[in-house]
Amino acid sequence: MSDKITKEEILRICNVQPKKCMKCGKCSGTCPAYDEMDYHPHQFVYMVEHGQIEKLMASQSIYKCLSCFACLERCPRNVEPAKLIEAVRLAVIRQQGKNHMTENDVPALLDEELPQQAIVSSMRKYKK
Amino acid sequence: MQKIGVFVCWCGSNIAATVDVKAVANAMRSEPGVVYSTDYQYMCSENGQNLIKDAIRDYKLDGVVVCSCSPRMHEATFRKTALSAGLNPYMVEIANIREQCSWIHKDMEEGTQKAMVLARAAIAKVKKNAPLTAGTTPVTKRALVIGGGIAGIQTALDVADAGYEVDIVEKSPTIGGRMAQLDKTFPTLDCSACILTPKMVEANQHENIHLITYAELENVSGFVGNFTARIKKKARYVDETKCTGCGICTEKCPSRKGLNAFNMGLNTRGAVYIPFAQAIPNVAVIDTENCLHFKTGKCGICQKNCSAGAINFEQKEEILERKYGAIIVATGFRPIDASAFDEYAYTQSKDVVTSLELERLMNAAGPTGGVLLRPSDGEHPKEIVFIQCVGSRCSKDAAKGKEYCSKICCMYTAKHAMLIREKYPDTNVHVFYIDVRTPGKNFDEFYRRAAEQYGVDYIKGMVGKVSVEGKKLHVQGSDLISNEQVHIDADLVVLATAIEPDPTARSIGTMLTASMDTNDFFTEAHPKLRPVESPTAGIFLSGVCQGPKDIPETVAQAGAAASKVIGLLSKKELVGNPCVAHANELLCNGCSQCEKVCPYGAITYEDKEVRGPEFRGTKRIAVVNEAICQGCGACTVTCPSTAMDLKGFSNNQIMEEVDAICR
Ligand SMILES: Cc1cc2nc3c(=O)[nH]c(=O)nc-3n(C[C@H](O)[C@H](O)[C@H](O)COP(=O)(O)OP(=O)(O)OC[C@H]3O[C@@H](n4cnc5c(N)ncnc54)[C@H](O)[C@@H]3O)c2cc1C
Ligand code: SF4
Ligand code: SF4
Ligand code: SF4
Ligand code: SF4
Repeated sequence: MSDKITKEEILRICNVQPKKCMKCGKCSGTCPAYDEMDYHPHQFVYMVEHGQIEKLMASQSIYKCLSCFACLERCPRNVEPAKLIEAVRLAVIRQQGKNHMTENDVPALLDEELPQQAIVSSMRKYKK
Repeated sequence: MQKIGVFVCWCGSNIAATVDVKAVANAMRSEPGVVYSTDYQYMCSENGQNLIKDAIRDYKLDGVVVCSCSPRMHEATFRKTALSAGLNPYMVEIANIREQCSWIHKDMEEGTQKAMVLARAAIAKVKKNAPLTAGTTPVTKRALVIGGGIAGIQTALDVADAGYEVDIVEKSPTIGGRMAQLDKTFPTLDCSACILTPKMVEANQHENIHLITYAELENVSGFVGNFTARIKKKARYVDETKCTGCGICTEKCPSRKGLNAFNMGLNTRGAVYIPFAQAIPNVAVIDTENCLHFKTGKCGICQKNCSAGAINFEQKEEILERKYGAIIVATGFRPIDASAFDEYAYTQSKDVVTSLELERLMNAAGPTGGVLLRPSDGEHPKEIVFIQCVGSRCSKDAAKGKEYCSKICCMYTAKHAMLIREKYPDTNVHVFYIDVRTPGKNFDEFYRRAAEQYGVDYIKGMVGKVSVEGKKLHVQGSDLISNEQVHIDADLVVLATAIEPDPTARSIGTMLTASMDTNDFFTEAHPKLRPVESPTAGIFLSGVCQGPKDIPETVAQAGAAASKVIGLLSKKELVGNPCVAHANELLCNGCSQCEKVCPYGAITYEDKEVRGPEFRGTKRIAVVNEAICQGCGACTVTCPSTAMDLKGFSNNQIMEEVDAICR
């Protein structure tokens, strides 16, 4: 797999249409992980549309997103930013040797506050 | 042999750029029956029309084919041309070589060939045309207005001033509509009641206006100039002729559970009530769901206390049947139900209110006497958050909300924010917005005043969620300019909820066969050139029932609709459309299929004496009322015995066209 991931590949993975976004910011207004992110949900939509994939792949946000789907649920234009973030995350970990962590790292991270959804999605993402 | 003239239009370069117009004119010259064929730059111009007139006279034409734009554009023009040269206007056929040919083809060769085929089809049809004469019908000089909001009131006043009788049917117990519920109005901040009440009174006192309140339309039949409406006047249980509006009944009524709809359910009222102080008619009404007399058979306190003896528990609903020449729809709107947007905690806290609820909370006649207090605990809110576009501007595939911009909320929120800051300078006001849309006269200036002079904090971004935390409402939203998530502990949250057509609009539309869009707003006959008429003849549109509007726009549209109505009512008679259906008595076997499909109810049956080669005697046959028939042709394709035929578009004519195309 080549290192350079294109906008088209990201969109093929998640089937999101960033052009539908009206730049209202409701996704970022809703996001519980906002303060831990360097790029925020509405910026993912904008940056994918403008082909700035590398910056997003290098961002911490893709590991901070809880996959809680609040942004997806509330977006008035059904853009589904969470799927876009997931697609960027997949684009990174699908590359050989680019796993963010192994399943062995998971138990140490568990705490009562962590939503189950996040654990499930972490298993889904990091298993070979 | 017939003498047919063919006239090929260039439409400037619209047609001539893709169709070789000269080649078409030349080719048609050798068609059997064609005695004259020519082309011209603009057939619809005066010179072009003169060309047709001269040819009709010089060549004694008995049929004309114009190869030009869509018949929707200029069929009427060319029919008039023919008439002025002494030819029956229905001996003119249009071959649409623009919309159906030049505009959709790129290749000149292809375009030219297709234009020739279309021209041949029109020639084949015109050969079978017969001269037709349109009938006339009289016009009932009376108008019906459905809905007594500011739109309906204004249209009624304008039509009545021109000397025609107008009935306003209003479903609620009073006229006034939403405007009666508003506190102050943008962009001038004048008090809504102060400018509306005089109009309501004028409508009530006008000798030509008749108010039929607390009433519903049951059924409408007929056609432009000659509608018949059945109106159900619900029982108020109060005699309108006796009630003086003193309000003693409301005061004494022991049932206090009914929610006050005028105050958006923010407080309660007696089971017998007058909607508000300036209500017109100023007559009480009994809400039977909450009245103890209707529930238990006891009580009757209002009856005992009414010195006018107006309370009448035995009152029955009445059915009125009236004739009208024109009908104006002015059914207005309501705010959408905000509970679908529960991320804003509307169902979880009394202190999350809609903008219309806020109007009542700020109004001197409202539940708090005009002092802005939190509905939950009656305290002064010190931190207020407005959320814009709630339920507006959502995509078609989103789980909830409307696709359109509700148009009025940017302005009314600026108004609310400004009024609050003026009256309570110690209260902070934040407005979360996506765009501030202010394209009206003095509108942007108004909004800027809110931001600059009144210090309203406009935040570009949306609120993601509101959570109830003790007495506070925690508002979490995004500020797209600073690229930060903002958190505000608010005392009151106001939702600028989208507006939608009144829920009865769809059934009114069906009753009138007036077309509507997918949002249930009534559709205009032409979005630019006929904005206040429905495509259905005789039906006019006024106010928000046609699309979101503020008061100035509503009033302007109401006046425009009135002028169209006056134009119609002032006519002595209406010329009909002669292209109507007709049943062949020999073929019709009275099966009733056509009656079922006719959307206008134009078909009835009668027993008739028939003398044919196969049948002699009396049989049941279909009869079309030519004044009602719109020539849609639904019956002709339904008739299993091919008895039904449409004048001007007969089966025979259509088949000739098809043959010519397939030749
Ligand atoms: C919160 C809020 C604030 C606003 N502030 C302003 C402002 O400051 N300035 C401004 O210019 N505009 C303002 N507006 C807009 C204004 O309210 C509308 O432009 C105006 O009310 C439209 O009038 P209408 O007659 O078309 O509709 P409506 O006022 O809705 O009247 C329709 C009437 O028809 C009746 N009706 C409905 N269906 C039927 C039926 N089937 N049979 C019989 N009767 C029927 C209804 O009962 C009602 O009386 C505001 C709107 C809202 C929601
Ligand atoms: S909520 Fe939807 S429309 Fe709004 S900024 Fe986010 S992705 Fe775009
Ligand atoms: S899915 Fe991710 S980006 Fe979307 S709201 Fe949840 S944490 Fe934020
Ligand atoms: S008028 Fe303003 S608040 Fe209302 S829907 Fe349109 S943009 Fe949103
Ligand atoms: S042509 Fe249409 S309107 Fe006329 S009678 Fe037939 S179905 Fe009714």
